[in-house]
Amino acid sequence: MGEIERKKMINQQVDIAVIGGGPAGLIAAVNAKKHGAKNVVIIDRNSWLGGILPQCIHDGFGVEELGESMTGPEYAEKYIEKVKQQNVNIMIETMVLQLNNKREIIAVNKKGIYKIKSKAIILAMGCREKTRWHAMIPGDRPSGIFTAGVAQAFINLYNIMPGKNVVILGSGDVGLIMARRLKFEGANVLGVVEILPYASGLPRNVVQCLDDYEIPIWFNHTITSIKGKERLEKVTITQVDKNMVPINGTERELKCDTLLLSLGLIPENELSKNANIEIDENTGGPIVNQNLETSLDGVYACGNCLQVYDTVDMLSIVSKIAGKNAAKHKKIKKQKNSINFVCGKGVRYVVPQKIDDAGMVNLNLRALKPSEKSILFIKKNGDELLRKKLPWVNPANMITVDMLT
Amino acid sequence: MKNFHVAIIGGGVIGSSIAWELSKYKANIIVFEKGSDVASETSKANSGVIHSGINSPNGSLKARFCVEGNKTFQSISNNLGFPVKWVGKYVIAKNQDEVKELHRLKKVGKKNEVTGLVIIDGDVVNKREPNLTCFQALWVPTAGITLPYEMTIAFAENAAINDINFSLETKVLNLKKKNDTFQIKTNKGSYQSNVLINAAGINCRNIVSMLEEPDFNVYPCRGEYLVLDKKYYNLVNAMIYPIPPKKLGVLGVHITPTIEGNILLGPSAEFIDDSSDKKTTKNMMHKILKEAKEIIPNLTGKDIINAYSGIRCKLVPPEAGGLSDYKIEESKQTPGLINLAGIESPGLTAAPAIAKYVTKMIFKHSEFKKKKNFKTKKFRIKRFSEMPRIKQSKMIKKDNNFGRIICRCEHITEAEVIKALSNPLGAKTISSVKYRCRAGMGRCQGGFCTQHIIRIMKEQFNIDIKDMKLKSPGSNLFYGRNREEEND
Repeated sequence: MGEIERKKMINQQVDIAVIGGGPAGLIAAVNAKKHGAKNVVIIDRNSWLGGILPQCIHDGFGVEELGESMTGPEYAEKYIEKVKQQNVNIMIETMVLQLNNKREIIAVNKKGIYKIKSKAIILAMGCREKTRWHAMIPGDRPSGIFTAGVAQAFINLYNIMPGKNVVILGSGDVGLIMARRLKFEGANVLGVVEILPYASGLPRNVVQCLDDYEIPIWFNHTITSIKGKERLEKVTITQVDKNMVPINGTERELKCDTLLLSLGLIPENELSKNANIEIDENTGGPIVNQNLETSLDGVYACGNCLQVYDTVDMLSIVSKIAGKNAAKHKKIKKQKNSINFVCGKGVRYVVPQKIDDAGMVNLNLRALKPSEKSILFIKKNGDELLRKKLPWVNPANMITVDMLT
Repeated sequence: MKNFHVAIIGGGVIGSSIAWELSKYKANIIVFEKGSDVASETSKANSGVIHSGINSPNGSLKARFCVEGNKTFQSISNNLGFPVKWVGKYVIAKNQDEVKELHRLKKVGKKNEVTGLVIIDGDVVNKREPNLTCFQALWVPTAGITLPYEMTIAFAENAAINDINFSLETKVLNLKKKNDTFQIKTNKGSYQSNVLINAAGINCRNIVSMLEEPDFNVYPCRGEYLVLDKKYYNLVNAMIYPIPPKKLGVLGVHITPTIEGNILLGPSAEFIDDSSDKKTTKNMMHKILKEAKEIIPNLTGKDIINAYSGIRCKLVPPEAGGLSDYKIEESKQTPGLINLAGIESPGLTAAPAIAKYVTKMIFKHSEFKKKKNFKTKKFRIKRFSEMPRIKQSKMIKKDNNFGRIICRCEHITEAEVIKALSNPLGAKTISSVKYRCRAGMGRCQGGFCTQHIIRIMKEQFNIDIKDMKLKSPGSNLFYGRNREEEND
């Protein structure tokens, strides 16, 4: 870097830089402090901390982790307070533009361009929503099509009503929660369209957000066309066969002015990819070891950029590991012989993807499809390391097991 | 009633380039555009290709204006500040049979004085384009790419700063000619003009029929596109075209790199009845992918971030097939009415030359004097994301809104959004922002930036929530507030 450039940029040196101030970033930062890291900074592009939580005004947060039920903003507030108590530095309205393989971050805010050198980095960028084009829904391109999370932000953060007659495509948790939320605001929620024979969101959300309000869910259905030259006017919903192919003759038009898309979430890893961090195609997040360290030395990942969690509680528990290990980064001895997990029958993914140290490991897995009475086993060179009976499995519910290696 | 020397109907690339050409002269001119912004129809939804002139027969208006436009393109682009890249194109022959077509195209091109045409062997092509295998290819070095919407906006905004009036969301409802003036009735009031330019694109026939019985028909032909994520930016270096399918009078599904680093697949070709039906269809999506895979077999169809369509204005019916020429002429029945009909591909390339030609036609009625204070303003110099870090720091010091990124995918700043919304045309939709500074065009398709653009619209431009639009009159985004604002 030339002399002039150095003068123009704001240089900083920290122990740990946390990219993203959502729940994962907050918790990782607090835990890094607790484990001895001195200079910790959280960088977030929004003008608030807590990520998506401030717009999640429904309750149910904290039940698994803290034993009490809170709303999203309340849950976020707990950790924001802890972050402040621990004197974590906070940079909001700051966007990380680049991360390189020497643990240097280029970030920007209204004060200028920053170059932040860090002993360890925690990736906590969260995730984004899939768009209409992930499902390749043909038709017109009118206004009135929102992803569920964006619609949630409009209603809960900006006091804006996105629509009156609403159809929801996809039964992810955000979609289910938004069905109820829109009903509360006086909208007519026509129903939820789900291509699978089961809901992708949590079963409790199906009951509490749809059943309790008599909102129908149409399984094995999808939207095959969108109509409306200016504002959305109608959608065509069509039944699908076992292979998810629309069945001719089952089309039916629904008049609506708004379509919410709840098609799933994609971990945000543009920064990781540009830093050449190895990505697991099945999770969409970085490949990590039991310490949640990525393929790049000293760079850890947690939260929804690592894998999309069912609940914030589970995400919080795992994010603590990233904070702790990032704080101890220099002290951890690197083992050369790592074990890589290979997903067997019925398993979509497993996190961590590899183990390079003996000890107790918490594994997160996701099943490929729902089924009853399953057996989970882990084998190494023919030896069974773990065998566990599961009464039922559902891709919506993450499976967690502890394993001693 | 307001009087104008010239009224232009249509703010597409043709109407806007004519407006810019005329803005060099002392004359009172107005452009009517029914959309909420210029380039709101076919001018934004095409391949963005600057053609060389190998596809139209010698002597045709298409060939003439295409070649002329191609030659002036670089200097206009430099002047007005919209991007152009001379990536060149390959027309590929998959077997010996198709090679004949390459020779035919080369011959047409030579007649049209297109330079640098050469037929090369497949293995040479493969070295330059590792993802492409073909038998032989015609290399067309003078073909390039631009951003069609930026080009149109650059013309229109430059015309506007030189005092051309743009009346957006203005639909022409009725036309009459009384004595020597046109009486123009619109949804925004009545106007008069001496000369009337019909640059209404796909609606050109409707405009004519308000004054006289049209002597031509329009056959709308929809072309759909798929946009691939930027991660495929190195899929191809140049544009890759198949041998044109003769019957439909189009160039076929081709693979086009874009200025921004995405890849375009398309367009399909489908004759339709309703010229406003710009939908995309499952059938055509499959067809485009299938035909694109015939060119590049390892294309997966994954990571499609958008799909759209544009409508070609064809003057020959599908059963007749083949290419038709542009119809650019003054009406014999209604002097002063200048019609531009059937301006399909290569209309974008031809636009600057067409504008000059039409200006000469107007001068037959009344010659205008050149302005002394004609201004030129570059539409785009460089985006914040394209600047070196040191320059970025300087920009933030000048205006700290450059330090606030509001589009996470494309790294577009608040300052750039404010500039886009301050455009001289007064266009203020989400699309107006998107096509001016690219916020919302990335892989998340507005998931992050929409709420910021709305905040800026409210805070900086005082636009009411209920009046915010996606792209066109009637495409309102919201139904108002959930509850009364405390400060309202």
